[in-house]
Amino acid sequence: MRNGETPLVELKDMCISFGGVHAVDHVSIELYPGEVLGLLGHNGAGKSTLIKMLSGAYKPDSGEIRINGEKVEISNPRDSRRHNIETIYQTLALADNLNASSNLFLGREIVTPMGFLNDDAMEAETRKIMARLNPNFQRFAEPVKSLSGGQRQSVAIARAVYFNAKILIMDEPTAALGVHETQMVADLIQELKAQGLGIFLISHDTREMMELCDRVSVMKNGQLIGTERVEDVTEDDILSMIIMGRNPREEAA
Amino acid sequence: MAETTSTARGDSDRRAPGSGGVKGAFGALQLDTRLLGMIGAFLIICVVFNVATDGRFLTPRNIFNLTIQTVSVALMATGMVFVIVTRHIDLSVGALLATCSAVMAMVQTRILPETLGLGFGHPLIPWLAIAAGCIVGLAIGAFNGWLIGYQGIPAFIVTLGGLLVWRYVAWYLTNGQTIGPLDDTFRKFGGISGTLGVTGSWIVGVLAVVATIFTIFNGRRRKIAHDVTVKPFWAECVVAAIMAAGILGFIAILNAYDIPQRVLARNFRQAGTEMPEGYTASYGLPISVLVLIGVAAIMTMVARRTRLGRYIFATGGNPDAAELSGINTRMLTVKVFAIMGLLCAVSAVVASARLANHTNDIGTLDELRVIAAAVIGGTALSGGSGTIYGAILGALIMQSLQSGMAMVGVDAPLQNIVVGAVLVLAVWIDIQYRKRTGGD
Repeated sequence: MRNGETPLVELKDMCISFGGVHAVDHVSIELYPGEVLGLLGHNGAGKSTLIKMLSGAYKPDSGEIRINGEKVEISNPRDSRRHNIETIYQTLALADNLNASSNLFLGREIVTPMGFLNDDAMEAETRKIMARLNPNFQRFAEPVKSLSGGQRQSVAIARAVYFNAKILIMDEPTAALGVHETQMVADLIQELKAQGLGIFLISHDTREMMELCDRVSVMKNGQLIGTERVEDVTEDDILSMIIMGRNPREEAA
Repeated sequence: MAETTSTARGDSDRRAPGSGGVKGAFGALQLDTRLLGMIGAFLIICVVFNVATDGRFLTPRNIFNLTIQTVSVALMATGMVFVIVTRHIDLSVGALLATCSAVMAMVQTRILPETLGLGFGHPLIPWLAIAAGCIVGLAIGAFNGWLIGYQGIPAFIVTLGGLLVWRYVAWYLTNGQTIGPLDDTFRKFGGISGTLGVTGSWIVGVLAVVATIFTIFNGRRRKIAHDVTVKPFWAECVVAAIMAAGILGFIAILNAYDIPQRVLARNFRQAGTEMPEGYTASYGLPISVLVLIGVAAIMTMVARRTRLGRYIFATGGNPDAAELSGINTRMLTVKVFAIMGLLCAVSAVVASARLANHTNDIGTLDELRVIAAAVIGGTALSGGSGTIYGAILGALIMQSLQSGMAMVGVDAPLQNIVVGAVLVLAVWIDIQYRKRTGGD
C-alpha cells in the first residue's frame, strides 16, 4: 500500500488455466494513479494473459478485480471500456482498411441527430487530437494500412487519450517501431502519466522498462516472482528474477 | 491524394495544387479509378457487340431488355457485397430466391384468394404476398446468420447446405408445379409489364438529378463547416454534370423505346376502345429498375453513413480489432445474412413477376452469378473492401456479355466458357491493380 491511498486497479488472487496449464496462478498486483507498472517475464510467463483478464478478452477462473476500491465484473471488452480501461495491443488492433478517424472512433462513433455517421466531425476531432499527440501526422484520408508502425501506434494511443482513459494497458507498444518512433511513444507515456493515468506496460526490453516504469512486476510460469520499485533494484536483479525466478532482495533479507 | 491539398481557411475556393495541366485537372476531380476501369470495360463490351451485331446491341430496345434482365441478380449482389466484406459467402441465394418466390406464389394464388376467401384480384393480395415473401427471406437469412455467428459453423457449409435445403423446400411447397398466373399488380414489378411511361420517367430522372446535386453540394458544405479540405468548386460541378447527363441520358434511351403498335392496339381493344390514328407511347423506366435504384441508394447509405455499415467494413478488415472495439460481431453476422435474405425475397418478386409465374427452376445458378457480379465489381474475397455500385456494374457487365454473345449467335457452351474466363480475368486484373496502387 502507498500511504494508504486507494489503488486505481487491484487484481487480487487472479487465476486462469487453459487445458490444465495454470497460465496465471494466484497473482495479485496493484496500480496507482499516475504510475507506470511494468510487467516483465519470458514468453508464456503469463503477463499478457493476466492483463487480458483486465481488458475483458479472457474471463478469470477465480480472483477479484477492484477499480478505485470497488469490485467490478469484467466479462468482455465492452465492460472494460465502461470502466475507462483502454488497451493498446501488441498486434496493432486497428482495422487496416479504415482511415485514422474511423479507427479512432470505432465502436463509439459520432452520429448526427438522424443517427447517421458524422464522418466530418470525427475527422475534425481526429485532426485536433493528432495535432497534440503527433503533429507530423497528416494522412487522415488513407486507410491505416498505408501508415508506418509509429503512425498506426499513435492512432491507437490517440483512441485511449481521446476517450479519457483512466487506466491504460500497453502490450509491447514499441515492438513494431523504429528508434525515433519508440522515443515518441516514450514521451507520450510520460505525458499521460503526468495527467494522472495509470499505465500497465508489458515489454521484453528490460532497459526500456527501467527507464519508463515506476515499479516492475516479474512473472514466471504464471506466478508472480515479485514487484519492485525500479530505483531499488539493478537491471541484473531484474534479469535474475526473470531467468531464475528468484527475488534477490528477498533472499538477502 | 488528400494530403497534397491545401488547408487554407475561408469561404473562398479551397483549391488542390497542380490545378495546371490536364493531369492536375483530372486529379482534382478525385474520381475512383477502379470505377472508371469498370465503366471503361463495360463500354468496350458494348461497342464490340454493337459492331458485331450491326448496331443491334445499342438500340433502346436492347438496352431496355438488358436493364430488366440485370435487376434480379443486381439486387442480390448488393447484399452479397456485405456478406463477402465480412469474410463470409452465401451459396444459398438462388435457392432462397426460389423458396421466397414459391411462398409468394402460393400466398397470392392459393392461400389468400381460396383458403382465406379474399377472392382473385383483391387489391391487398400482391402486397400481402410480398410481405410474406420478405418475412420468409428475412427469417431464413437471420437463421443462416445465427448458425454462422453464434454456432460457429462456416458460412460456406451453412449456405452449401442451404443451397439444397431451400431449393427443395420450394419444390416441396409447390409439388414441383409451375404456379401462376401471378397477380396483375404483382407482375408490374417484373419489368416490361410495369413501366412509368415518358412523363413519369422524366419526373423520376429530374428528381434523381436534384438528389444527386443536393448530395454532392451538401457534402461539400458539411466538409467546409468542419474544416476538411474539399476539391475545387469547378471539379464538383464537372462531376455533378457528368452524373446528371448520365441519369438523363439513361432516361432518354428508355423513353425512346416505343411500345410496338400491335401491343398498343391490343391494350386499346382490351379497354374497349379504338386506338387513335398515329398514336404512339413508350415504355420508359421499368418499376423493377426503380426498385433497384432505391435498394442501391439505401444499401450505399447503410455502407457509408451508418454504424452498421462501418462495423461491417471494420469486421471485414480486422475481426479481432472489431471485437476488441466492443462490436458484437456475432449479431453483426446475423444482421448481414438477414439483409441478404430480405434482398433474395425482393429479387424473387422481380424474377417471378418477370416470368409471370413461379417456376420450379427459378433462380437456379443465381448464387454463382451474384457472387461473380460482386467480385467483378471489385469486392475482395479477403474481406474489408467492396462497393454497392461496383456490384451492380458487375451484374450489368455479366448480363451484357451473356446477352451480347447470344445476339451474335455464339454457341451456348462457348458463352459460359467465356463468362467463366471473364470472372477469373477480372479478379486477376483486380489483384494486379491492388498491387500497383498499394492496396485498396
